[in-house]
Amino acid sequence: MLSYIIRRLLGAIPVLLGITIISFFVIRLAPGRPTSLQQALNPKVSLETAQRLEKIYGLDKPLYLQYVNWLGRITRLDFGRSFSDGRPVLDRILERIPVTLSINVLSLIFILMLAIPIGVRSALRPDGLFDKGMSLFVFIGFAMPTFWLALLLMNLFGVSLGWLPLSGIKSLDFEYFGFFRKVLDLSRHLVLPVFVSSITGLAGISRYMRSSMIGALNEPYIYTARAKGLSQSRVVYKHALRNAILPIVTILGLSLPGLLGGSVIFESIFALPGIGSLFYEAVMMRDYPLIMAEVFLGAALTLLGNLLADIGYAWVDPRIR
Amino acid sequence: MRDKSLLIGTLIIALLSLAALLAPLISPYQPSFIDMSGLLLPPSLTHPLGTDSLGRDILSRMIYGARISLSIGLISVGLATLLGIAIGSLAGFYGGAIDNLIMRLVDIMLCFPAFFLILAIVAMFEPSILNIMLIIGLTSWMGPARLIRAEILSLKEREFIQAERALGASNSRIIIFHLIPNAIGPVLVNATLGIAAAILLESGLSFLGLGVQPPVSSWGNILIEAKSTLGLAWWITLFPGLAITVTILAFNLIADGLRKKFSW
Amino acid sequence: MVPAQDYGDAFVSGSISDARTLNPILVSDTASSEVSGMLFNGLVKYDKDINLIGDLALRWEIKEGGLVIIFYLRKDVSWHDGHNFDAYDVEFTYRKLIDPKIATPYSGDFERVKSFEVLDDYTIKVTYKEPFAPALASWGMPVLPRHILENQDLNASVFSRQPIGTGPYRFKSWRPQEKIELAANPSYFEKRPYIDRCIYRVIPDGATVFLELQAQGLDSSGISPLQYMRQTDTEFFKKYYRKFRLPGVGYTYLGYNLNNPKFKDKRVRQALNYAIDKQEIINIVLLGLGRVITGPYMPESWAYNNEVKASPFDLSKARALLKEAGWLDNNGDGWVEKKGEAFEFTIITNQGNEERIKVAQIIQRRLAEAGVKVKIKVVEWSVFLTEFIDNRNFEAVLLGWSLPREPDNYDIWHSSKVKKGEFNFVSYRNETVDSLLVKARRTFDQEERKGYYRKIHQIIYDEQPYMFLYAPESLFILHKRFRGIKPAPIGIGYNFIYWWVLRQEQRYNRINYQD
Repeated sequence: MLSYIIRRLLGAIPVLLGITIISFFVIRLAPGRPTSLQQALNPKVSLETAQRLEKIYGLDKPLYLQYVNWLGRITRLDFGRSFSDGRPVLDRILERIPVTLSINVLSLIFILMLAIPIGVRSALRPDGLFDKGMSLFVFIGFAMPTFWLALLLMNLFGVSLGWLPLSGIKSLDFEYFGFFRKVLDLSRHLVLPVFVSSITGLAGISRYMRSSMIGALNEPYIYTARAKGLSQSRVVYKHALRNAILPIVTILGLSLPGLLGGSVIFESIFALPGIGSLFYEAVMMRDYPLIMAEVFLGAALTLLGNLLADIGYAWVDPRIR
Repeated sequence: MRDKSLLIGTLIIALLSLAALLAPLISPYQPSFIDMSGLLLPPSLTHPLGTDSLGRDILSRMIYGARISLSIGLISVGLATLLGIAIGSLAGFYGGAIDNLIMRLVDIMLCFPAFFLILAIVAMFEPSILNIMLIIGLTSWMGPARLIRAEILSLKEREFIQAERALGASNSRIIIFHLIPNAIGPVLVNATLGIAAAILLESGLSFLGLGVQPPVSSWGNILIEAKSTLGLAWWITLFPGLAITVTILAFNLIADGLRKKFSW
Repeated sequence: MVPAQDYGDAFVSGSISDARTLNPILVSDTASSEVSGMLFNGLVKYDKDINLIGDLALRWEIKEGGLVIIFYLRKDVSWHDGHNFDAYDVEFTYRKLIDPKIATPYSGDFERVKSFEVLDDYTIKVTYKEPFAPALASWGMPVLPRHILENQDLNASVFSRQPIGTGPYRFKSWRPQEKIELAANPSYFEKRPYIDRCIYRVIPDGATVFLELQAQGLDSSGISPLQYMRQTDTEFFKKYYRKFRLPGVGYTYLGYNLNNPKFKDKRVRQALNYAIDKQEIINIVLLGLGRVITGPYMPESWAYNNEVKASPFDLSKARALLKEAGWLDNNGDGWVEKKGEAFEFTIITNQGNEERIKVAQIIQRRLAEAGVKVKIKVVEWSVFLTEFIDNRNFEAVLLGWSLPREPDNYDIWHSSKVKKGEFNFVSYRNETVDSLLVKARRTFDQEERKGYYRKIHQIIYDEQPYMFLYAPESLFILHKRFRGIKPAPIGIGYNFIYWWVLRQEQRYNRINYQD
């Protein structure tokens, strides 16, 4: 097992390098230029100023040299400074992670807690009333545009009932609260975002669970187990579930890097300081150091996620190793 | 027992597709016709689904929008699924170096910021419908590929495959007639979700202003307008939202029906 | 009897994006400049009637026909850390503005300075290479504290995140992409502001802003015409909020690429102008909350020529002019042709501005009636600038200018400003306009400048390098508990430090800031 992990880790290095090369050149050859070069249609800014800024950012050097410089700095974990505000890129990314990560982790837990039972129960009596009702419910949740569901709930709980805060992640006077009030305040702000992102994610996992559970329940060994007279719950939860969970492990591995990804739309509706809006802004402003850092970290996480998924796989199903 | 879900799902999609195809014949108005005197009108006999903030008929825009939204959903997911099945089954069946190479490619693709790719391509070329479909298709085949690979990995050691092999069936025959049909379940589920996701992605691109170019309408860009008319014009939200939901449900019914046809 | 004005409470406003930096000489976005405007002062500022008055300068003298400006500074000003403000701070700021290593976008105006001398601790003498009328207004540039920044790299300094200024509010805290909080400066030289705290929340989506207003989570926000006219027209909003519509600070236009043969003929541009009903656009897109304009200045400005009358909406006149220019519908397909080729052009505009996209669609529809085929292309901002504007790779562009109070628009209209990356991207060339622009920026006499600008206005309207569309009003909403608001030509924010809230109406606790 250990040699398998080491082999995979070593294999990840050329992949990571390849990704940085491709993304660096795609990003730089894509049309547009950093708008923070500030000639963004402000007649106060002269042509000379723009060229001067280009020099400050080192954009006047040949592209390959810029890449080599970038790579050199990366090895020292220096991701450079953001064009838009001059701050270290890593700081800007790190300060956005807590919000995104906590919403995503909480939603994932919530989704698994709901989706696995829904999937299993649906699979026990496919096309039964429960199955039909739930499939309608999860698909409506999935099909409903995020921003619309969010606005609806915000209007209901934030405005009409006034039970929950509307947007943002902390109250205005958060700094002056005591510890317990801080926790309470954060939780209250998290309720709607976590709920909305869970509802939209429910469909995927519950459907996968249902379909692989149906598959598992039709396996010969389940008939054998039943024939042996094992109880229904033992058959379902011990034998079938263990096999049916396999695709879910893949999905979880795939969604691991997603835990650090945010949706611009979602964050902009809830006014959350997450990763999604940061990345969107970086792309729109052609904030090259920030984009590259996000791509690099994203790629590293994705590779790690895949590795974990494969390890999980190998662990659940030793044939794969 | 005859199953109705396949029938119902297909019927709904067929109806929507027919409406999309016959859009010029059945739309009551030109979808981009601006009526200065009728802004934000609620549904009525003259405008069954109301009008938007430029006085355009929502029903007509929805019918034309179906062309965009359905084709983006179907074609991009069709592309992604076909690619994914082909690539994934090769990797899963042959294993070894081929598998390794393909899975590294999948890794690279997965790591690539699809959002930036979409943005870059939409910007470099014109944000046309075809480009949007291609980009969505080419950036989302990795999910199906991984799913089918995982299924095939565990299927190929099974007795019935070994039996086929013993009977001298060719590799391609085993893959196409035995492995893929048995492994396709999760991929089909994935595809129904994918169509929905593509339709929603199009609305997301519209949200960011990167969707189809005005004055062309899609369900996504009609829905986006609903946001600025919050609390004023429920009809702008309800109808496109409903259309998207019904379409997604219909694709789900089809998938369910197909699954039963494959008898599992 | 006027009730005693209470101190306390907070002013919470919403912004669609987070500030990027609070160092005022690096600021280039509206969110940042709104916040940093509360923290810093320049030497001069505009009063409520849009006249330049002293801010950190008590008074000034303009000598030698505008070549020399002498500023006499206030002696009673201190920085937020207690250090005294003096002429060396101004000198330091000036040096940084012209330093090629500093990423400031504002060096242009200051590169015209020939010499900068500190005469004594509170007197400054600035000498220009040639008289430059916008020079005085350019000293509205906020002043930086020398004692803090002297040995720092401004581009990377923490100062941008924890600024220290001279303004009515002091920096308190910043939670990125969430909020920025400022606290009243008790020793502000004009007076201590009544309102204790200013909080700027980042709320990117207009729909969320609207919901926050309904929950009274925001005290102030810009609103859309639809929100102004319809969505806030409820009992709730009438009870808790006051709406304002004030003259805006910019205009929207359709600019033609004058290098394109289709637009070379003035009659064609005039024909297009006749074919578009600007009031109709205003009525649909702005729900009436805007003004038709005829020239490149704000209608409220002294430079605006009220005698230039807008051409009426007249389709037959438009067709006649097109015909004169050789464009006729010979084959009866509804589109006019010349030498067998239909008149067809593409309007490009930037992504993210729904208003402009709507305008483009209305123009498309109206020009079709005149036999001109229009395509619309919406392009992402950065690409829009590099690929299309800078490379002059467009036929017509739908855009807006936001205008400073100072009317000098040499950079937009002078024929020397047509190079890549410069702002006369429609490539407008007119010798009379060129010489008027130069004359107008060389004299400080407002009456004389007025004459030049009005003439420019007239010529440009006649030649139609732009189809001038409208100047939108600026619309916003403010919580009713704030008192002391006196709308004036410049807006309402000018007397913010005199705004106050009755103690019993205050919504936010007083927090002791003496830390």
